[in-house]
Amino acid sequence: MRKTDNRASGSTEEAVIRVEGVSRTFGRGRHVVTAVDDVRLGLLPNTVASIVGESGSGKTTLARMMLGLLPPTAGRALYRGADVATFDSRARLDYWRNVQGIFQDPYSSFNQFFRVRKVLNDAFRLRPTRPSRRERERRIEGALDVVNLKAAEVLRRYPFELSGGQAQRLMIARIFLINPAVLIADEPTSMIDACSRASILEALMRLRQEQGTSILFVTHDMGLAYYVSSTLYIMSNGRIVESGPAESVMEDPQHEYTRRLLADVPRLHEEWL
Amino acid sequence: MAEVLKVEDVRAYYRTRFGGEVRAVDGVSLTLAEGEVLGIAGESGCGKSTLARALSGLFDPPLRRVGGKVLIEGDDLYAMTPGALRTEVLGKRMSYVPQSAMNALNPTRKVGKFVRDVMRTHHPKMDGGAVLGRARQRLHALSLPDRVLDSYPFALSGGMQQRTVIMISSIMDPAVLIADEPTSALDVSTQKALVRMLRDLVRRGIARSLIFITHDIATLRHVCDRIAVMYAGEFVEVGTTEQIVFDPVHPYTKALLGSVLVPEPGVRGRKLPTIPGRPPDLSDLPPGCRFGPRCTAHDDLCRRQHGVLTTVQGRLVRCPRLTDTQDQSPGGTPSAP
Repeated sequence: MRKTDNRASGSTEEAVIRVEGVSRTFGRGRHVVTAVDDVRLGLLPNTVASIVGESGSGKTTLARMMLGLLPPTAGRALYRGADVATFDSRARLDYWRNVQGIFQDPYSSFNQFFRVRKVLNDAFRLRPTRPSRRERERRIEGALDVVNLKAAEVLRRYPFELSGGQAQRLMIARIFLINPAVLIADEPTSMIDACSRASILEALMRLRQEQGTSILFVTHDMGLAYYVSSTLYIMSNGRIVESGPAESVMEDPQHEYTRRLLADVPRLHEEWL
Repeated sequence: MAEVLKVEDVRAYYRTRFGGEVRAVDGVSLTLAEGEVLGIAGESGCGKSTLARALSGLFDPPLRRVGGKVLIEGDDLYAMTPGALRTEVLGKRMSYVPQSAMNALNPTRKVGKFVRDVMRTHHPKMDGGAVLGRARQRLHALSLPDRVLDSYPFALSGGMQQRTVIMISSIMDPAVLIADEPTSALDVSTQKALVRMLRDLVRRGIARSLIFITHDIATLRHVCDRIAVMYAGEFVEVGTTEQIVFDPVHPYTKALLGSVLVPEPGVRGRKLPTIPGRPPDLSDLPPGCRFGPRCTAHDDLCRRQHGVLTTVQGRLVRCPRLTDTQDQSPGGTPSAP
């Protein structure tokens, strides 16, 4: 079996963000649920890695711990060698300048009282310097263009007036403005139909190519993960059960669970049901 | 095969605040035979869900019925009163599986009680024991545990909730079951189980026919007998699953199939297949072919002609370029070729 080893994460020294033996439990006494169980993984600069698993496998909990939104019960999440859980409020703000997250529910990420124009303008606050008004407008339009949204259509609206797919695109446009070193994308295409999913993935790929952002992609769909990432981590019941370069995991899956995940994706040319 | 559903030229528009009209369903015709599974594929906003609404015969403003006919086993739905529709047709002869199961179930009632409410609406004299007996029997048939009846919806997982909704939708053995994106909120493994369950419902004759609406054409390939591809409120290609998936004719169908991401070796690093542009604004449709502005092959003819559904290579296609150059015979009512 392929292990959670250095083959997958490269030399752990280089990883921008990594977790070491991280665990998280919820509840107490007889009702303890272990959501994440002794996970270790790393994300190399300017690469895309994916965490793939079913609902309830602990993917989102792991992502939240890496973002510093949830303290781990054991282990550490490290950003360039520093423990994320020890950051004070100032260091944390700095951390979020560099490590951004996008979530399954896009509506939860926006202030519902602000129009889209303000939401995007506020993104510049996370930059060290604030560009001129004209420059901001230009960049906002560029970012919206990448995610296939029309500035004239969305800027004056409120987030709740957007469709699920539009809101998810807007989240990605915002990431383009912030230009973080790391993006943790938790099911960023869950509300987008199969036909336009590719355009969102392409926007994420451009983020890596043009801005050098390292991306950790969290999904249940092996097909999507394979398309975008160089490294796959397969997660089941809180543990990484298999990891390695995307090609070798896909072509020669070692773990029973990985094989099942692969078989569950509907294909055009093979029997499925 | 007996025909259970016949839909003729249905048009359903939304009225906008500014006096405009959104032509969400614009002249859709279809037939559905006993035991048949029809897939409806298309992007978000092409009118798939509005079509499902229009088939139910219930039009709430701003949705408005502009024309057409829906016959279920010969009975005209649009000629019935809303009251008769609710007690005699909906939930009984025609049932609906919504996209979001959580919103479909009553959070304050246990599933068993909810099932009883549903059955009593259609059979007021049925006693509680008989209702529960039938519900249990159906649970077993769909390999769901008995405890579902004693649970509140929030105590069930997403996949289990969706299966429960399907169980309730099919409890009256409907002639037509309409599933509107039943799998989009679920992960791939749960999706598979659910699709299998829907297919088995039809195979066993519990639901006598199925309309499966989704944006995921790869799923349709495995359950449907026929597929109708919808774009901007109308069907652009209707044919057997084999024809649509392995030998598509319409440029939009081809683009749709090209955008499917499948985990097959060799696809990585390839340029991600996307359809350029956006679907048209349904309140301000382009002249001529609606897919024209996004079509790689469009020419002058496409800007002038809207195109009618015409038989091309044994299936119905709406494309000015194809129907102009090929052997054509006009056809408005898609049926099994």
